[in-house]
Order: sequence, then structure tokens, then C-alpha cells
Amino acid sequence: MDQKESVRDITPWDGTLSSSDFFSAACAFSEKWKRFNASVPPWLWVPSRKHHLLSSHKEEGYLSLEGMCLIKSSEEQESCRSQTWKEESSISQEEEAVENATLVQSSCDEVNHYDFHIVYSPSYRVPVLYFRSYHSDGQPLPFGEIEKDLPDHSAKIRSESKWTFITQEEHPYLNRPWYKLHPCGTSEWMKLLFLGDTALNKNGFVIEHYLVSWFSVIGQVVGLKIPLGMLETVSC
Amino acid sequence: MSGAATVSSSEAHKLVWEGSVPLLIHLHDSEVTTLPPPPPALVLAPRLGYLPLLISQLKPYFSTTLPPGVDTLWFEYRGLPLKWYIPTGVLFDLLCVEPERPWNLTVHFRGYPSNLLLPCEGEDSVKWSFINSLKEAAYVTKGNCKNVMNMSQSDQVELWRSVLNGNLESYQRVSSKLKLGTFEDEYTENISAVSTASQQNSGEADAAAQVKSGEQKLYVNNRIPVRLYVWTVTEDFDDLESAPQIDNWDKISYINRPVEIQKEDGKYFSLNDAIKSLLPEYFPGSSFDNLGDASTKQSVGDEGENTCDPDSSSLPLENAEIKLVRIQGIEPCLEIPFSWVVNNLMNPEYFLHICVCLKVSEANALQ
Repeated sequence: MDQKESVRDITPWDGTLSSSDFFSAACAFSEKWKRFNASVPPWLWVPSRKHHLLSSHKEEGYLSLEGMCLIKSSEEQESCRSQTWKEESSISQEEEAVENATLVQSSCDEVNHYDFHIVYSPSYRVPVLYFRSYHSDGQPLPFGEIEKDLPDHSAKIRSESKWTFITQEEHPYLNRPWYKLHPCGTSEWMKLLFLGDTALNKNGFVIEHYLVSWFSVIGQVVGLKIPLGMLETVSC
Repeated sequence: MSGAATVSSSEAHKLVWEGSVPLLIHLHDSEVTTLPPPPPALVLAPRLGYLPLLISQLKPYFSTTLPPGVDTLWFEYRGLPLKWYIPTGVLFDLLCVEPERPWNLTVHFRGYPSNLLLPCEGEDSVKWSFINSLKEAAYVTKGNCKNVMNMSQSDQVELWRSVLNGNLESYQRVSSKLKLGTFEDEYTENISAVSTASQQNSGEADAAAQVKSGEQKLYVNNRIPVRLYVWTVTEDFDDLESAPQIDNWDKISYINRPVEIQKEDGKYFSLNDAIKSLLPEYFPGSSFDNLGDASTKQSVGDEGENTCDPDSSSLPLENAEIKLVRIQGIEPCLEIPFSWVVNNLMNPEYFLHICVCLKVSEANALQ
């Protein structure tokens, strides 16, 4: 094990993670998210089903954030369109309030529900964001509608970067079509984020901050912001 | 097939590329608007191809009877919608445990189950999926997809055409430029490669004996693109007919994970080793472990409170038993060097697709 650590110090880091490192990174990420993002549901670790009944010393699964509601205001000017994320549970409370109001304004507010999963890709050795969207009645959203939900700068990021594009593929565990942000450039820009500083590899710094850094980029594509507090680096 | 056959690499490639599955394709009742209903279409589908590509052969059979509407082609086998991006041969090996010849499938031109299946808009979707897999294989093997991304337009076209038409020569001409080959074997020409399950014992002895005299060279890197399709049984089945029917994709564990070749002194890396390395939870005693750092400490989980709570009860597991392995329609002897399998039985997108049936205890079965 000592040998492994010293090898890691010497070899330039290529921006990728092993499967077990991903688990560690996921734990660190979800814990920080809870600390800094109290108003939003936590990311939960979902052990992959086939392993549910078995135990192994390696955790295999994915991070899940489900039931996020995107509330679009009904303002006509798209530039004023605000994008607010809320938990499903807080939505239902608001709806009740509306129903009880005597003056009912026909609500143009649509609520689109989003589920996000962060799944490890053994081929690319990086995390991959999967997401799906559906109306309150469960009907999946066509991609055209999802695109309208995405923040304005998302389209810009996606068109400018050859690395960041959305495709529809089968979820690795759930046998259903989901959308995903293609992983093929991830290791490249992850390397840049850490400025290729191999010294950062010490003491698991990279692993602890990997998903936070990764999400600070990826989240922008789908409009999930990361609070600045989470990005504070631990002074070495 | 009786007895082990000696197969050279070029012969093996030819056999694989010529491999096909006879299909008897029935139009779904709900889409038959004429009497008498059209007879089913008998089609010879290339193993390395994909079902949606058969539309040009099928449409003429059924076009006069279809109800009005736009064609959205999809297939099912005994009620199970078929995933169109899985090569036809793999679907057959996986879902038709007792091989049915011809294989009876139902085709639909309407009512695409888009909640279950990825959308498919004809040849372009299949091509995209193929190229995407090729890029993934390139990434696994070389750490980047540059060679695929930098292919000339004409090479891309020729590569896809060669897959469409089953043209091995044309394929080899273009694909060799990608330099995605992973192994060079000195003993490839001499090895006993093909044996039936019933001959497994003698086959194992033969293969093992011949391999020990050879040498294994690793070419580029140690990661091999593999797609494993695993289904479990809890009881032995004497013959394939009594194997349980796969009626639900949730009963198949799809493992898209590269095999990492690890060598131990004096031992070559066999197909058995490769499969077990991808299933450490079922084969905990296996000497080749594939899931990354073995040194990960369990205590990491404590930090995450209940968001990352590992199931810390380490139950001693009985080893599972491999009942059936199928690759390109054959059931290779498990002691075959994995390098031979990789060199000869890969699909054109450089993935090795392996169908595995495991016998496990009730608690460990995939529900």
C-alpha cells in the first residue's frame, strides 16, 4: 500500500478515479452538500441492486437526488425567466395554499420534476450525470421541453465545448432511457481544475474534492448551483 | 460439433463475421389490417448486426397490411421488448437459452414503447450507437478516443458500410488504422479453441497443455472492453430447455466494465479468470480482483452518516458456479486464454460481449 501511494505521487494524475475512490468521493460530496445546502434534499447513495443482497468490501452504486421541482415563472420575457428549484414536498404545500385562496389566478406555473443520478463509468473512469424529467402526472418530458428548462448558458456551454453534450442512453442500472452528459472529455477538464498539481494527490485531497469540483462544472449545464462554501479548499 | 477444432485467427474472424441467426418474424396481431394476415418473414440476420437494420427487408413483407401512421420499428420476443442497440447475435445467445432455429420474433411498426426502449430513428441511430461504443472501446484501450474522432469521412463511411454489409475485408482495411488491437499471441495458430460444453473436460486439458508451452504478449494496455450479460438460476438445469425464461430485463445484470488483465507468475489469464474478475461479489476467492483499490478502508463510510452507509455485514459467501458462457454463439472452454477470445470473438466496435449464466443460492439470485 505504501508503494501505491508513492506511485500516485509521482505519476501525473490523469483526471480519473477508481471505482472505490468514487465511493469515497461520493461520501465526501454528499456530506458537504448536506452541510451547505440545507434547504435542498440531500444526495443519497443507492447501492446497485444486484449487490443489495450481497456485501463486498467495495461499494458499488450511485448518488441520487430525486424529486427536484423546477418552477418556471410565467413571465413572457425569457431573460426574466427565473429558475427555482424546490423539493417536491414543499411544492405540495404551496399548491394547497393556492387552492384555498378565494382569488384564484389561473396558474401558468408549470412544475417539471427532475431526478439526478451521479453514476460511475468504469470505461471512462469518471462520474457521469444522468437525469430525467417528467410532469407531475409522470409523463416524461420531450427533450425540446427539457431544453427550455435548462439555463441559458447551458446551451452555450454545450455548443462551445465538444466535450459536453447531452445524449439519451439507457441508465446503467435501471433499464430505462435517461439523459446523460457525455463523459468523454471529463478527465481532461478535471485535470485542468486541479491544475495538474500532483502534490494535491497527497492525503486523498483529490478524492475528497473531486465531486465538488466536478459538480461545479456539470451542475451549470443543468442549472444546479453549488454554494460557494462547498468550494472552499482545505488548506494543506 | 464433435471434438475440438483447431481454428486459426483468420478463420475465426471469418466464421464470426459470417455468423447469422435465422429469424422468423411475425407482425403483431394489432397491426394486421388485412385478411388473410401476412405470413411471417424468414430473414437471415447477421450476428454482428442490429435488428432495426432489417427494416428494408421487412417493410416489403408487411407494408400493405399496416394501419396508417408513421413507422416506429421495434421487436419483441415472448413479450419482452428487445433492446435494439444490442447486437442480434448477443440477443439470441442471451434470450434463447435453448437455441430456437429459426428464432421466432414479433415485429411492431407502431406503438413504440418509449418509456422502456431508447428511441430509434432507423439506421442513423444504430450507427450513432455503434460509433459511440467504438469510442468507448478506444477510450478503454488507449485512454482517449482521438483515433476514432480523427477518422477521415471516407473511412468512417467505409467502416459503417462494412458492418452493414458484413464485409470483413473492407472492415479490416479501415479498422486496422485505428490500432485498437490488444493482443499478440505467439500460439494463436496452434491452440484448440472451440469445444462443446460436453467435451469441456477434454478440451480443458488440451487447451491448458498447449498454452503452457506458449507465451503471452500484451500489446497496448491491460484494459479490455467487455460487456457482460449475467442471469442467475438457483437450481441446476439438466438441459437447456428447462432453463428459466428471461421475461424481464431486470433479471439480467448488465455489466459494462473493462477486464483488467493481471498476470500471475506461471499462470496465463483465462476466460474463467476474466469473467470472475468482473464478478467479485460472486467469486470472492478469485485471485484477480477488478474493482480498484483493495486498500480502501471501510471507515470511509462512517463520515457519510446515513447517506453513505455501507452494508457492513460481511457475510461469507458461497461461491457461485458458472453454468453457461456464450460468446458469438459458441460455448468456449473456460480455460482458454482470454487473449485468444479477445483476438477472435470481438464485435466490430471492439467490445467482447459475453452471456453468462450463474448458479447461486436463493438469497443471491437476481430477482
